[in-house]
Amino acid sequence: MNRVAIPLAVFGALLALPLIGLSSYTMHILVLVLMWTTIGMAWNLLGGYCGQVSFGHAAYFGVGAYTAGILYFKLQISAWWGIPLSVAVVSVFAFLLGYIVLKLRGPFFALATLASGEVLRITTENMGEFTNGTLGILIQQRTWIEKTWYYYIILAIAALTFVVIRKLVASKWGYYFVAIREDQDAAESLGIDTTRYKTIALVISAILTGICGAFYTNYMGYIDPHIVFALHDISIITIMIVMVGGVATEWGALIGAGIMVLLAEWIRAIPGLGASHQAFFGILLIAIIIFLPNGIVGDLPKITRLFRRARA
Amino acid sequence: MGSAQLEVLLQTLISGLLLGGLYALIGLGMTLIMGVMKIINLAHGELMMVGMYIAFWMFTLFGVDPYLSVFIAGPVLFFLGIAIQKFLVNPVLKVDSILPENQVILTVGIGMVLSSAATIAFKSDYRSTPVSYGTSAFYLSDIWKGSPIELSLSIPWSVSFVFALAITGALWFFLQKTDMGKSIRATSQDLDAALLMGVNVQRMRVVTFGLGSGLVGAAGCLFIPIYYLYPALGGQFTLIAFVITILGGLGSNVGAILGGLILGLFESLTATYVGMGWAPVGRFLIFIAALLFLPGGVASLLRRRTFGK
Repeated sequence: MNRVAIPLAVFGALLALPLIGLSSYTMHILVLVLMWTTIGMAWNLLGGYCGQVSFGHAAYFGVGAYTAGILYFKLQISAWWGIPLSVAVVSVFAFLLGYIVLKLRGPFFALATLASGEVLRITTENMGEFTNGTLGILIQQRTWIEKTWYYYIILAIAALTFVVIRKLVASKWGYYFVAIREDQDAAESLGIDTTRYKTIALVISAILTGICGAFYTNYMGYIDPHIVFALHDISIITIMIVMVGGVATEWGALIGAGIMVLLAEWIRAIPGLGASHQAFFGILLIAIIIFLPNGIVGDLPKITRLFRRARA
Repeated sequence: MGSAQLEVLLQTLISGLLLGGLYALIGLGMTLIMGVMKIINLAHGELMMVGMYIAFWMFTLFGVDPYLSVFIAGPVLFFLGIAIQKFLVNPVLKVDSILPENQVILTVGIGMVLSSAATIAFKSDYRSTPVSYGTSAFYLSDIWKGSPIELSLSIPWSVSFVFALAITGALWFFLQKTDMGKSIRATSQDLDAALLMGVNVQRMRVVTFGLGSGLVGAAGCLFIPIYYLYPALGGQFTLIAFVITILGGLGSNVGAILGGLILGLFESLTATYVGMGWAPVGRFLIFIAALLFLPGGVASLLRRRTFGK
C-alpha cells in the first residue's frame, strides 16, 4: 500500500506546489532539483543497481542537450523536438560507447566513461561548423517567461523516470542487474548475458539523462561544451547526488538532488566563497563516503540509531 | 619528403620524446599506487598541481630554481600522500558499502578539495615561472655547421627530461635493490603472499601512496619551467596519467615509462599534423585503442616475448 501511496502523495504535493505562488527564484530551484533528481535516478539504475559506476554521464547529458541545440541552430526547428529526438540520438551514442566501455570492469569502466565524456566535449569544441564550437548555442526566443510550465514538464519527466525505474528494478531485468553488481562472474555462469544486460542498463540510463539534457537546452536557453559536458559540474555532481542520497534506493536521488542544489545555492550566496563550492562538495563527498557509505536513505537505520543513542 | 618536411617531422619527434619522458614520471607514480593499492588515484593530477604551486611560490618568493624545488616538493608531497592514505583512504577500505568504487570516488573528492582550495588561495590566474633560460635552446647548426636541416632542443625541456630520467633511475634502484622496494613489489604482485612472507603490507601501502605522490610532485616541478599553472590543471594530468598506465599495462613500471613515451610522441604528432585542439582527442583515441586491442598494455607484449624464449 505504502509503495503506491507515498509516491502518489509526493507527486501530488509537487503538482500542487506552484499553486501556492512561489517566487520565480524558488521555482528555478525546484526545476533544478527535479532535473537533477531525474539524472540521479538514471545514474542510479546503471551505477546503483547494475554496479557500473559511470564517471561520464555528462556525455549523455551533453548529447541530449546538443541534439536539441543543433535542431534549433542548424535546422531552425523548435528545440522542444530535441526531447523526443534525443531519445534516438542518445541511444545510438550510448550503444556505441557501451560497446567499448562495457568490456571493462570496475575502475576501468569508471575511467573509460570519464574519458568518453571528455572526448565528446573536446570533439564538440572542435566541430565549430556543426556545433558552433566554444561559442555555444543560444536559443533566441524562450518559450515561456514563467517557470511554471517548465516545472510541470520536468515533473512529468521525473515522474515517468521514477515509474520506469521502479518497474525495471522489480522486473526480471532488475534482478539481473543486481546479480551483475554483486558478482559478474557468478551472474555469467548462471546464464545471464551480462554484456547484454549491462548495455540495456546503460542505454536506458543514458536516454533518461539525455532527455534531461534536451530539457536543459530548452530551459536555460544557452549551452556550450564546457557547461553540458562538464566533468565536475555534471558527471561528478551526478555521482554525488546518488552517493549523498543513497545508492540503489528509490528516494536517494530526490534527497541527494535537494541537498546538493540547495547547498550549491547556499554556498554561492556566501560572499568571497562563491567559486569554492567544489571544495565543500569534495569535503561532503569524503565525509559521506567515510561515515555514510550507503547515503542518507541507505544508511537511515544507522542515522536513527545514532540519534536514539544521543538522546538516551 | 622535402628537407623542410623532414625538419618538421624530426622536430615533432624530439619534442614528443621530451614530453614523453615527463609523462613517464607522472605515469610511474600512478602505476605504483595502482599496483599496490589496486585503486585508481583520481587526485593524481591535483597532487601534481600542488607540487607545481610549491615550485612556483619557491621561485617567486625566494628565487629558488624550479629544478631545486624537486627536492622540496617531492618530500612535501610524499608526506601529503602518506597523510591522505592514512587518514582518508584507509578508513574507507574498512567500511562496507554497496559499491566497491567508493575509494575511487573518494580520490575524486580529494582532488576537488585540492583544486578548489588552490582556487581560493591563489585565484584562478594562469601563472608561470619566468626562468632566465626559459626560451634558450641548443641548435643543431651550432654543432654541425653544414647541417642541411635545422633542429633545436629547448634547454628547459632537455633539463626536465634529464631530471625525469635521473628520478626514474633512482626509483628503479630503490624498487630493485632495497629491501623496502622489494617489499613494495611483493605487495603489488601478491598481497596475501607478501603478508605471509612477513611484509608489513599496511606500511607498504602508506609508503607507496607517499612515493607515488612524491613522484608526481617532482614531475610538477619539472613541468613548471615549460608549462603554465592554474588550479584546474590537475584533471587533465590525472587523465594523462591514467592513459599512460593503461597504455603501459597496469602496475608495470617499464610499461609506464614506455606508455609515457608513446603518448608523448603521439600527442606531439597529432598536434603537428592534425591540429593543436585535437591533441587531447588523440590521447583518448590511443587510450580506447589500447583498451580494445591491447588490454594488457605494452607490458603484455614484453612479457609474451620473455615467455616465448
